[in-house]
Amino acid sequence: MSEVLVLVDHVDGEVKKVTFELLTAARRLGEPAAVVVGAPGSAAKAKDALARHGAAAVYVAESDEAADLLVTPKVDVLAALVGSAAPAAVLVAATAEGKEVAGRLAVRVGSGVLADAVDLDGEGVATQSVFGGAYTVKARVTTGVPVISLRPGAVEAEESAGAAAEKTVEVPAVDPARAVRVTRREPVTGGDRPELAEASVVVSGGRGVGSADNFAIVEKLADVLGGAVGASRAAVDSGYYPHQFQVGQTGKTVAPQLYVALGISGAIQHRAGMQTSKTIVAVNKDPEAPIFEIADFGVVGDLFQVAPQLTEEIGKRKG
Amino acid sequence: MNIVVLVKQVPDTNSERRLTDSDHTLDRASADVVLDEINERAVEEALRLQEAHGGEVTVVTMGPDSATDALRKALSMGADKAVHLSDAALHGSDAVQTARALAKVIGTVEGVDLVLAGNEATDGRMGALPAMVAEVLGLPALTHARKVEIDGTTVRVERETDEGVAFVEASLPAVVSVGEKINEPRYPSFKGIMAAKKKPVATLGLADAGIDAAEVGLANATTTVLEVAPKPPRSGGQKIEDAGDGGVRIAEFLVAQKLI
Repeated sequence: MSEVLVLVDHVDGEVKKVTFELLTAARRLGEPAAVVVGAPGSAAKAKDALARHGAAAVYVAESDEAADLLVTPKVDVLAALVGSAAPAAVLVAATAEGKEVAGRLAVRVGSGVLADAVDLDGEGVATQSVFGGAYTVKARVTTGVPVISLRPGAVEAEESAGAAAEKTVEVPAVDPARAVRVTRREPVTGGDRPELAEASVVVSGGRGVGSADNFAIVEKLADVLGGAVGASRAAVDSGYYPHQFQVGQTGKTVAPQLYVALGISGAIQHRAGMQTSKTIVAVNKDPEAPIFEIADFGVVGDLFQVAPQLTEEIGKRKG
Repeated sequence: MNIVVLVKQVPDTNSERRLTDSDHTLDRASADVVLDEINERAVEEALRLQEAHGGEVTVVTMGPDSATDALRKALSMGADKAVHLSDAALHGSDAVQTARALAKVIGTVEGVDLVLAGNEATDGRMGALPAMVAEVLGLPALTHARKVEIDGTTVRVERETDEGVAFVEASLPAVVSVGEKINEPRYPSFKGIMAAKKKPVATLGLADAGIDAAEVGLANATTTVLEVAPKPPRSGGQKIEDAGDGGVRIAEFLVAQKLI
């Protein structure tokens, strides 16, 4: 069985959930081989988690430089492995960096690339959700080793024992003319909340929330549900909540199990970022708000009454 | 400091966007087309860098005849000239082909120090085209910039993504893609709109740009669309008026759905 290369998304060996989703999808196509590119020691830390999720092999590509340069060391390592291991496909997380790795890799090795797939079958057919979920597209790569980036949260990660046999590979020397050096990082401190793109519950606030202080109501409901907080563009533009939490056409696309919209009218731009959510609940005082057209359960009412009551009720039921 | 700005005409996100039944490509007739908002920010950043460092700003696009409107908008903001790659053979080109074609067009502009682009278009949302163009050109890509600084032959960028902010640097020439927070684009002035009409727009066909027709277009694409299905419109479910127990009713719904 051919190997399927999975680029491990990690921070200093701390493996992100999306990697397990990639390994799960990779098993449908062949034998998953995890590729760890990072600072020395990353793979040793990541190995157990990768083995638990079915990695038959772990390619270890470590160097001090690999951690300090953007994108290209990963492309260099994957390109070398595409040459030597002749994989059935290369899977990468559809994150900001992952999409670039996938795109650059495809150009480098002369393959086609499919971005932001929401599913992948055993024949290599990727499902994509385009125009904010208005269309479902099935596509495949027809040239070279398929390179596919998979949307975080789209495939459910399943555990499966893998040998995780380590194979050391060299990080190719960096061409200084192409290198982008990271001089300093300020990681997002999102507190204990899950990342917006990975959360199974998202609670978002819109213009109706009225102020930055009032977003505490949104946060409290998110916390009792163990979810992430999102915001509509109107709320972000009004300065109620930081831009990185914006859900919609010009923000993030989310597809959680449960999406709760508080004081969001549901403009087409916002719907494009959340309408593929499994279940949608909306609270809005305007009975004509378009959000109700797509909500599975809508309450016409004052979010300042309804949301705290819901938070309290969930708290009670949880005991 | 000569800057090329890559721009793209996209279907307005406020209009209904469709794919054609015949070959699954964008139905350009059905939607209003506009200069993608993020591109205006890229043009704005180019103009600001030009004000500080001199040089020329060239806007480049690939697309059908109507894409000229996107170029005119950029010229009316203040860009100096435009290059439009337009050829029927480009129809249906995929991301890899597009990156290669754009790289060829950038090659027709002399002495380019910096290529600027938006980080992600609102239609394809590939989010990788600037990096792919950089790969073809053999240049560094500093993407998702919220701040760009040029210092001699070094470009420094504050890169903002979901993971946080990274301070990155590379040598020129380079490709930089800008994010939403980079700036507020200027509105074209009346004078700018009038001046734009006289600015040079070079229209190139494949041969003019040195592109082999066998490398582009739907028939030579590196990916293929097997099927396309419009999502059945989501229908609204239950809607109730809050009678003082709205929160409790939602909780009951969530329990029934096994969500809590």
